[in-house]
Amino acid sequence: MTASTTLDSVDSESHDQAAGQGPLTKDGIPLKRSLARALRREKLRALLLIAPLLAFVLVSFIFPIGDMLYRSVENSIVEKTIPGTVRALNDWDSESGELPSERVFAALADDMMLAQEIKIHTRLGSRINYDQPGISSVFRKSGRQIKKLEREAAMNAFIGLNADWNTPEAWATLTASEQWPAQFRYTAISLDNWKAWLASEEGDDADPAALVPHGFTYATLYHDLSNMSASDLSALATSSDAPVAALFAGVPDALASFPSDDFKGQFAAIEKGWTEIDNWQAIKRLSPPIIDSYFLAAVDSERTDVGVEKKPENERLYLGLFLRTIFLSMVITTSCILLGYPIAYLLATLSVRSSNLILILVLLPFWTSLLVRTSAWKVLLQQQGVINDLLVWVGFISEAGRLVMINNMTGTIIAMTHILLPFMILPLYSVMKTISPTYMRAAKSMGASDTLAFWRIYFPNTVAGIGAGSILVFILSIGYYITPELVGGTKGVFISNRIAYHISSSLNWGLAAALGSILLVLVLALYWTYDRIVGIDNVKLG
Amino acid sequence: MSSATSAKSSTPIRGAAVRFEHVQKSYDGEVLVVKDLNLDIAPGEFVTMLGPSGSGKTTCLMMLAGFEPATHGEIFLNDKPINNVPPRKRGIGMVFQNYALFPHMSVAENLAFPLEIRKMGKSERDAKVKRALDMVELGAFGNRRPAQLSGGQQQRVAVARALVFDPDLVLMDEPLGALDKQLREQMQYEIKHIHESLGVSVVYVTHDQTEALTMSDRVAVFEDGVIQQLSSPDALYESPQNSFVAQFIGENNKLSGKITAINNDRCSMTLDDGTQVESHAVNIGEVGSRSTLSLRPERVELEPTEKRDNLVNGVVKEVLYLGDHLRIVMSVAGNDEFIVKLPNGGRAATPVEGQSYTLGWSAEDAKALDPVS
Repeated sequence: MTASTTLDSVDSESHDQAAGQGPLTKDGIPLKRSLARALRREKLRALLLIAPLLAFVLVSFIFPIGDMLYRSVENSIVEKTIPGTVRALNDWDSESGELPSERVFAALADDMMLAQEIKIHTRLGSRINYDQPGISSVFRKSGRQIKKLEREAAMNAFIGLNADWNTPEAWATLTASEQWPAQFRYTAISLDNWKAWLASEEGDDADPAALVPHGFTYATLYHDLSNMSASDLSALATSSDAPVAALFAGVPDALASFPSDDFKGQFAAIEKGWTEIDNWQAIKRLSPPIIDSYFLAAVDSERTDVGVEKKPENERLYLGLFLRTIFLSMVITTSCILLGYPIAYLLATLSVRSSNLILILVLLPFWTSLLVRTSAWKVLLQQQGVINDLLVWVGFISEAGRLVMINNMTGTIIAMTHILLPFMILPLYSVMKTISPTYMRAAKSMGASDTLAFWRIYFPNTVAGIGAGSILVFILSIGYYITPELVGGTKGVFISNRIAYHISSSLNWGLAAALGSILLVLVLALYWTYDRIVGIDNVKLG
Repeated sequence: MSSATSAKSSTPIRGAAVRFEHVQKSYDGEVLVVKDLNLDIAPGEFVTMLGPSGSGKTTCLMMLAGFEPATHGEIFLNDKPINNVPPRKRGIGMVFQNYALFPHMSVAENLAFPLEIRKMGKSERDAKVKRALDMVELGAFGNRRPAQLSGGQQQRVAVARALVFDPDLVLMDEPLGALDKQLREQMQYEIKHIHESLGVSVVYVTHDQTEALTMSDRVAVFEDGVIQQLSSPDALYESPQNSFVAQFIGENNKLSGKITAINNDRCSMTLDDGTQVESHAVNIGEVGSRSTLSLRPERVELEPTEKRDNLVNGVVKEVLYLGDHLRIVMSVAGNDEFIVKLPNGGRAATPVEGQSYTLGWSAEDAKALDPVS
């Protein structure tokens, strides 16, 4: 007996030590692990139950929102449309006060040739136009003229030096060489551009291996070569790779005397926008694939050569709109509290029959379309509308002094308060219903007047409901769109209306996404603050 | 008589006197919930309103507290009519059924609330709160929220809060209803002791007859909006005025029959099966009228050894073992649910079901009630 007990205890001790922590089950598995295993089945089943909804939400909600938010910083269009130019601009000092070099213009000509062929240059123009107004016409106009550019100078010079340069084999040799593409980075881009251009221009029939590229590529090759160090150049000419050496024989010496295509001059002739440093600065600024320019624009700022700056007073729009949205949402929330509190109190204290009737009246608006309700407010509030007619008829206001209650902030506040009121009343009601009437009686029996009992006893117990209602109404109203759009005019619209404008009219999705992201962060910050101050656990919705 | 009971404590009586005069109450204008209530409560007295639900006892309490207006009649507090005095000016302490402790305040804040309203200074307030909490032995719990206390502790806080502003009258509306049996009994003694040491008047509402009997100086038994009987607990049990009270307070056997002779406070009756019994005439009509005989189960003796006024045969139908006593259901004189309680002394043989036994009781214990003409 004693022996076996000792054995048992030794045994269990060793188990304890083996596991390192926590109690064990009979067969020595840590209790926590067996509990987790026992619960895993239940968790899996629960997950299975929500799986359809989860998938639906992921595909139709989370993913699109994530994609939209990504658009607020995404900017690959510049690099994708004019890859050579973007790369060439890296070497350009935007603060030097000088235009980029001929090489950049050559790259631009090369990129634009393809871009206009597949008709994406105007899209790039509008993108850059968001940050540099006026530049879209520069792109548009250049696109039309690009085919007329003189581009044979470098090509002819190469062919003049060695007729082999006019054969596809020369290019095959070049691309097969060990220096490709490390030393011919721009030429590599240009060759890709040309192939894409060829495919678009000639269709699938054209075989790039059987053709020589167009003059832009020769010009780019020229620039690549002239940017090489003397030793690299001579290394090419004396390469152990015989065909390469043959191609580049004499090139190092002749390079200095190659004629220029003068793309800089030709572009300047097409559109004088290309001679403006501002435009080039904008292009360089917008060349990274991830940028903050949309966010800067969303807070009325811009990045200039001296850093981030506020936009000029008359161009500021969004900060004011954000402030107005927040301010109006606060006003709407406050009026919802003021109007909803007494109703909720009535609901909570009246007999079941009467309170049911009132509850139906409260919920009635939910049964009507939002548009219908908002339109009804238009009918009521307009200057020739029902309310003004009534006031004139009663004699409160004169015919000339009809009140302007719509297409301004007043209209937005009135209509939104009406629409969001149930969202305040219902949480308030559900909280008030749980407050026993004996609290008030107890307070009165202790000598408190009705007012005192209300403020000291009843009101503090409804704060959770006010908080829940407020956070609901505020968050709903801060992102509201349709009602401000219909009754807000210009003075009563919200930031969401601007977002909608950028999504559907100006097509500046990046800015819309940035505005939306800021709105989202604002709401999350608000939620966080609320959680810290009141505690989200105190929110009761029913 | 009753005020003498509470005067046994050395504390001078400071309680208030309450008087209901012809008070009637109707909620809907059709049914009277309280019918012509007349009740005098002496200063320092502990009066319990006892009755089944819907008997009007809580309504009476609410009228006294001022939460319900009397439809007719007048209520006096210390001889002043209070019908038109709002609750907050009545100065009555109240303990509610579910305590009604303010959930957003700590225990100490709850207690300080009535004092704050009376604009009492902070130091005085704190001293009073502390004294009140000590009185209910919760001195260390001042900073807790009510939700952090057990039911019994919440109950004590509620009592302390009702007493902290030194009211002369405290109303308690089924204050122990939510507690379990053991805690309830303990709280009964505590409330009783607090009452005795403070000398306040207490009006207590309950539907639990043991609670009423243990705590009260006097008990008012309510039924159908009328006080059926108002007496001290022992009188209520020993000499019920009608069969409702006899039935409601404690257990009771009913035997009905016809009165054959009346001799001062004794009467002879012929039960419905022809048995002749002698009874105590409490509340009966003429000779020849019908009456209900009320007999406590513990006053009936099985196979009496001494001489008894009444000896009746009965057949055992069921024997229930309840530990300290045996509960025997018998068929006696036409009543198939005649209960006899047999103390479990360990000696007597257990009665056998189906057997016939002789039952005996003295005439004094059989109360002839309910005159039926």
